[in-house]
Amino acid sequence: MKISRIIKTIFMADFVAGLTLAIKIIFKKKKTINYPFEKGKISPRFRGEHALRRYPNGEERCIACKLCEAVCPAQAITIESEIKDDGSRKTTRYDIDMLKCIYCGLCEESCPVDAIVQGPNFEFATETREELYYNKQKLLENGDRWETVLAENIKADSPFR
Amino acid sequence: MIYINTFFSEIYKIIFLLLPVLVSVALVVWLDRRVWAFVQKRKGPNVVGPFGILQTLADALKFIFKEIIIPASANKIIFILAPIITLTLALIAWAVIPFSNEMVLANINVGILYLFAVSTLSVYGIIMGGWASNSKYPFLGAIRSAAQMISYEVSIGIIIINVLLCVGSLNLNKIVLAQENVWFIFPLFPMFVVFFISSLAETNRPPFDLPEAESELVAGYQTEYSGMMYAMFWLGEYANILLLCALGSILFLGGWLSPIDIYPFNLVPGAIWMILKILGLFILFSLVKAIVPRYRFDQLMRLGWKIFLPLSLIWVVLTASFLFFLDMLPITG
Repeated sequence: MKISRIIKTIFMADFVAGLTLAIKIIFKKKKTINYPFEKGKISPRFRGEHALRRYPNGEERCIACKLCEAVCPAQAITIESEIKDDGSRKTTRYDIDMLKCIYCGLCEESCPVDAIVQGPNFEFATETREELYYNKQKLLENGDRWETVLAENIKADSPFR
Repeated sequence: MIYINTFFSEIYKIIFLLLPVLVSVALVVWLDRRVWAFVQKRKGPNVVGPFGILQTLADALKFIFKEIIIPASANKIIFILAPIITLTLALIAWAVIPFSNEMVLANINVGILYLFAVSTLSVYGIIMGGWASNSKYPFLGAIRSAAQMISYEVSIGIIIINVLLCVGSLNLNKIVLAQENVWFIFPLFPMFVVFFISSLAETNRPPFDLPEAESELVAGYQTEYSGMMYAMFWLGEYANILLLCALGSILFLGGWLSPIDIYPFNLVPGAIWMILKILGLFILFSLVKAIVPRYRFDQLMRLGWKIFLPLSLIWVVLTASFLFFLDMLPITG
């Protein structure tokens, strides 16, 4: 051992350096956020809970092209459709099994009319499995609830698509 | 009749000592977690009560309502006895700690010996708990803890001899009063450092937390314990830490004496100085927990037997000869 090393050991130089650093850090700003009361910033591309959007006049955007159903790698989406009286094709059934979903965002990307989107909401834990089998009504409700945020996010992300 | 009166007045005294000790143990657990979190730029417990002060009470409540599980292969009597012994020994040691000239439950003349004896016994709780669990991790933890506590007890004993040489009495009050002119931390600084490190090892605190090393032994001797029995181990552990902080402040930091004997300071009651000193040492304990990695077991043994023991023995000789040749040996009568 070198002499300088021995002197360092005797006077516990490394320990004292660590202690001063620790005391300095004590007075620094904390990184923790008080989660349920404060929330971290979420990117507009965040892939959270799904939602089905409507046009401003209240008409459903989804045209039942079934691209999302085809692209879904987890096969979590089930769609059934029919031709309405006005000649448009609409879904009669749009189910997402949120337990199968891997939140890859491919459904959102494949959608030609921005109907199915993944919103910023990630706090949709439930107490039973059944509550996580989302049907069309639930997805449309989500769309109505988050529409302002969803529209903003799509607008913010549009230059990069 | 007079016996009954004495009996009850003693009981009151004991309650007035034990309740503050238990409450301060609860607060100190919170403080420990907070300091630890702050060093890591976290916030620590801050939800229950103001600044999270009541976190430990909430935890204790949780422990009380949890089921106590006794392993089928465990030795039931010893298994149950172990946490009781740990907590009791950690608490009875407080009887001789002086908080001021009068505020002491038992002002006995062999106070330091009593303290030393009781704190040595506390290893029994751990060994019994580890052995009675009849399971490998607790057993390994107990073996480690026995070896560790005994080796560091030796150097603590010799460090205490250093102080006693300067005082000439085993009475804790006299030890404090002997420091009126200068605290022993100044002439005996290296011994204070060795004492501090040994007391870390004595209380199984990081970096010497091998008996309960999470990454190696799950929880060491506490692995099989649950509910209130686990909480008793936990209380005993922190009461022991506080006790060694109190011992450190009595031996080296002038106990309940005020730092400078001038006007605004000597009006503050001694108990407050004592508590402040204990808290200061405790915060150092928590800082050390936050900044150092764990020792390997052979390093721990080497430090205890090959470095601290010779060092403190040499210092005893140095102190004794210094006092003898300068004719400063305390008069014993």
